Amino acid sequence: MYRVNLFQLLQIVSAILIALIIGLIIIFVVSEEPFRAAYYLLFGPLTRIHRSIEWIHMTIPIIFTGLAVSLVFQAKQFNIGAEGQFLVGAAGATFVALHFPPIGGLHILIIALAAMAGGTLWGAVPGLLKARFAANELVSSLMMNFIGFFLALYLVNHYFRDVQAGFMVSYRFPLTAWLPDLTIRPRLHSGIILAVIAVGLIWYFLYRTKWGYEIRMVGMNLKFAEFGGINVQRVVFYVQALSGGVAGLAGAVELMGVHHRFLWTSMPGLGFDGIIVAILARNHPLGLLFAALFIGYLRTAARLMERRTDVAAEVTIIMQAVVILLVTAEAFLQHWQRRRKEREALLDG
Amino acid sequence: MADILQAVLNVGFAFAIIRITTPIAFAALGAIITDLAGTINIALEGIMLQAAFWGVFVSAITQNVWLGLAAGVLSGLSLAAILGYLNLHLKADLIIAGIALNILAAGSTVFFLYVLAGDRGVSVSLRSLVLPSIVLPVIAEIPAIGAIISGHHILTYVAILAVFVLHYLLYKTPFGLRLRAVGEHPVAAQSVGISTVKIKFIALLLSGLLASLGGLFISMGYVSWFSRDMIAGRGFIGLIAAAVAGRSAWRTLGGALIFGTAEALTFVLPIWGIASELTNMFPYVITLIALTIWGRKRIRSGKRQIDNTSGDRKF
Amino acid sequence: MDPYILMRNITKVYPNGIAAIKGVDFSVEKGEIHGLIGENGAGKTTLMKILFGMERPTAGTISVAGQTVKMTSPHTAIKMKLGMVQQHFMLVPTFTVAENLVLGMEPKQGITFLLQRAIELTEDLSRQYGLPVPPRAITSDLSVGLQQRVEILKILLRKAECLIFDEPTSVLTPLETKELFCAMQRLATEGKVIIFITHKLREVKEIADRITILRNGKRVAVCKAADVSEQDITRMMVGEAKIPAPVKRTTVSGPSVLSVRGLTCQRKDGHIAVCNLSFDVAAGEILAIAGIMGNGQTELVEALTGLYPCLTGTITVNGEDVSTASPRRIRLCGLSHIPADRMGRGIAAPGSITDNLIIDRYFKAEFSRHSIFGLRKKQIRQHGEILRQRFNIKAPTAMMPVQLLSGGNMQRVVIAREFTAAANLMIADQPTQGIDIASTLDVRQRLLDDRNAGKAILLISADLSEILQLADRIVVLYNGEITAHFSTPAEITTEELGYYMLGAAQQAGPEIEQAA
Repeated sequence: MYRVNLFQLLQIVSAILIALIIGLIIIFVVSEEPFRAAYYLLFGPLTRIHRSIEWIHMTIPIIFTGLAVSLVFQAKQFNIGAEGQFLVGAAGATFVALHFPPIGGLHILIIALAAMAGGTLWGAVPGLLKARFAANELVSSLMMNFIGFFLALYLVNHYFRDVQAGFMVSYRFPLTAWLPDLTIRPRLHSGIILAVIAVGLIWYFLYRTKWGYEIRMVGMNLKFAEFGGINVQRVVFYVQALSGGVAGLAGAVELMGVHHRFLWTSMPGLGFDGIIVAILARNHPLGLLFAALFIGYLRTAARLMERRTDVAAEVTIIMQAVVILLVTAEAFLQHWQRRRKEREALLDG
Repeated sequence: MADILQAVLNVGFAFAIIRITTPIAFAALGAIITDLAGTINIALEGIMLQAAFWGVFVSAITQNVWLGLAAGVLSGLSLAAILGYLNLHLKADLIIAGIALNILAAGSTVFFLYVLAGDRGVSVSLRSLVLPSIVLPVIAEIPAIGAIISGHHILTYVAILAVFVLHYLLYKTPFGLRLRAVGEHPVAAQSVGISTVKIKFIALLLSGLLASLGGLFISMGYVSWFSRDMIAGRGFIGLIAAAVAGRSAWRTLGGALIFGTAEALTFVLPIWGIASELTNMFPYVITLIALTIWGRKRIRSGKRQIDNTSGDRKF
Repeated sequence: MDPYILMRNITKVYPNGIAAIKGVDFSVEKGEIHGLIGENGAGKTTLMKILFGMERPTAGTISVAGQTVKMTSPHTAIKMKLGMVQQHFMLVPTFTVAENLVLGMEPKQGITFLLQRAIELTEDLSRQYGLPVPPRAITSDLSVGLQQRVEILKILLRKAECLIFDEPTSVLTPLETKELFCAMQRLATEGKVIIFITHKLREVKEIADRITILRNGKRVAVCKAADVSEQDITRMMVGEAKIPAPVKRTTVSGPSVLSVRGLTCQRKDGHIAVCNLSFDVAAGEILAIAGIMGNGQTELVEALTGLYPCLTGTITVNGEDVSTASPRRIRLCGLSHIPADRMGRGIAAPGSITDNLIIDRYFKAEFSRHSIFGLRKKQIRQHGEILRQRFNIKAPTAMMPVQLLSGGNMQRVVIAREFTAAANLMIADQPTQGIDIASTLDVRQRLLDDRNAGKAILLISADLSEILQLADRIVVLYNGEITAHFSTPAEITTEELGYYMLGAAQQAGPEIEQAA
């Protein structure tokens, strides 16, 4: 039985509303065609089937990075390195996709494993540095982002680069490295199924396994976990490594499902979306699904708005930042919360 | 080997180190103030980015560098003020709020770049200005030394001046005394009537001011345009530089120089045929190593437990 | 003439309904050293916090120098020329003495802080009150005694007429204590008002002019220090307690389960907290550690449970040396532990009752499948539900988060877990602190039942009547050392035990060695 905290819900909803209003105000100030832009921002992904599918595609990697970040948040640790883990995972996936014999079925599996291995490695470094040397994981994971980004660029540029493409992209993956499609036209790849499975697995992991129990206890009260005999250092390490693995997998799914070649020359920002989603969902895997759909919606709508009107997609980044700022501000709407607490105290009598 | 020595042991390289250190030094000085006041400004990165953008934009519109400078500083200060308000008044988590402000700065700069310059990457279409460089009289005449320390960007000299000012402010004024008291023993400070909220807010504003100057240096001196995410982690590197150096403005400058040198080396290493992607990693790897050594030092000083609230002031 | 400080009918009820002080009158004259004495929890600190504006009284009035004041914050108190020397000094460690002294009222010229002027100020003040301090020294380099002196000067600089000392000697060496007392006497002769909170009988006899004794939040007596003996004070502090008859042991104690030899522990700040302790706890007995809180109990318990490393010495549980073992390892050797810090150590407040009940056993085959690390959900839920009912935890279901429970029910969660642990040694650290009477009786009965079932129990308690009722043997911990050992608790009185706890008496070596 989970108690749904109405106040938290109210806080999130009002934060989203305020962000939406700010977003609309900005649109009306800068745009020549504000109503069109607002229309796309609010309803864009629902207007055509293929746009809805784009929305789902957009949501998939955010679910993965959100899961990755929320795992670490569950242990009250920080991770802003999902970005780098994603890219290193994608680079690992690219390597295996291009160099492993293209055997149907097996190929996909090996690519996924390679991506997870890359991400795990990238996540393990901040975990190890924190557990062993008490080095702050916030900064170390951020540094790993840059290192991972340049490493991926290096690998792509020097080993996988498709010289004929004209851009800096890798060779196209063989067909055995493509995720099967669920629908043909418009195409919806099966990554969404993987994402939902991942949500289920992480939920199971957190709430139904020893390791998940340890992570949650360390997050709830580190001194209690220590008192109960949990090796806190070990938990801090493996939660980061595991989180890296999940973020790395996101890279593989994105490549095998959508792009079929490594194409990033700047950071895609999915790691930061993961942070936002994890905060919105209060780290709960199921809530995360909805939060990711919301952020995915915003992102898709923004892209559409950018294609169809004169407003840049980044307006939604501003809105996302406003949402986090308001959600994390404890005293925001405190007045209502206090009243509610008083009522509760009276009821408890 | 000979060519790399030649590349490193020359006047130009020393000049480059000073140049490259400037923005890191600004960020690190901002970090040291907040560190001493017992708070932390994770949004340094975003503040630098924000200032870099508005400086470029306003200077292009008004064709007045000084108005650009003022606009950049104001935009950075406002971000710092938001952080202070959120954390100190609305009790928002300092770290998450800082991260959110970084995201906000990254998004809003690109957004307004597109709105105002019609480009989502670089501001080349804006005819922005750069702040002047200064040739120091007399010193410029000295051989070698003159070529190293004269002719820098005005903000580089401001950075050096800031070290003096900050040192004075922190260690020779009642305000500095109170600020350090708040950082070290807030209850003691409160017990003699010092408002910790006020001191921390001022510290955040000062860090915002310095970080803004660092950002402005990058877009109005180091280069003459704005491009998305152009701060590239320098705000965070500044935080580490301050943490490594410890509680003094002078040592902070020293810390910043280490990271500046590391970054300067990235321009030299390609001589050895090392790919630019790999040399680009160099400053971040150095930062990671510094962070680890620093963390180890702390563990030895008897802190066995892992900090649960990594939001606490220390790394 | 009116007394300088007059507190009338002060009552303090905390929001959780606990009345810390009930209708206390308190008065101090000018030029007087007034001892405020009482056991832990008697209300002396609360009373002084109210006087100093750190807490608001629920009822009652305060007047200073004949003028009625509302003490809303320490600033009001400082304005009324009150000053408090806290147990934890309000000094910035890296500042020089002079800087600490003038913090908040710095001498300056323009925006420049005049360090030289601050140093002169320090020297002048030092000379005036005969309290020499090195103005240029870094505060953290000073001895505790000197730091305290800086604290006193800081208060004097702010023109205090009344100085409150909260347990000032607990951190001092005997020589430093003597110097402090000289200073206090000198200040009193200059007409200052001195209030001295303590639980040390000898000191209060030595220095105080008058004494106010508190017990259970009430004033028991006010008297001239010269008129009463240490015995009288002890009796008034402890009270003619209605001590329940000691429960006779029905079993004979078995082999030693916990054996401690030469244990020495450091506090986190490097001071020795526990020095060369040796004792045994046998199967089927309750060994109680009596002592005023803060005499090394916390460190002892943390060392025994593996949460903090010991400096030297050995700890053996069921024949296995666990001196350097992890908490998990020690628990697997057969230890269970009711921690004193319930919220900090004993529970994870956001977690469900069920989750809180398995922290020491979730990995065992009973609850966990080894193959894929899956937990046995059904067994865990059942386990939680059964314990909730068996231990009468008042919650609709065991899935309820612990933070929504009352304090007594939180403690029941801890009790439920620790009493059902697979262990034959229990460390019960303040097991009944702050819980209601019904729960208290329940916990005590469980301890006795477990003892009768052959468990070894180490009971640490600040509650003397609890110790005398339950213990089969008693050791007294004072300043980190065992100062007494009683193998027949039925024959001693609270008063007698009080002497040892307050450091007024000490047994000879051979008697103490019997603890082991």
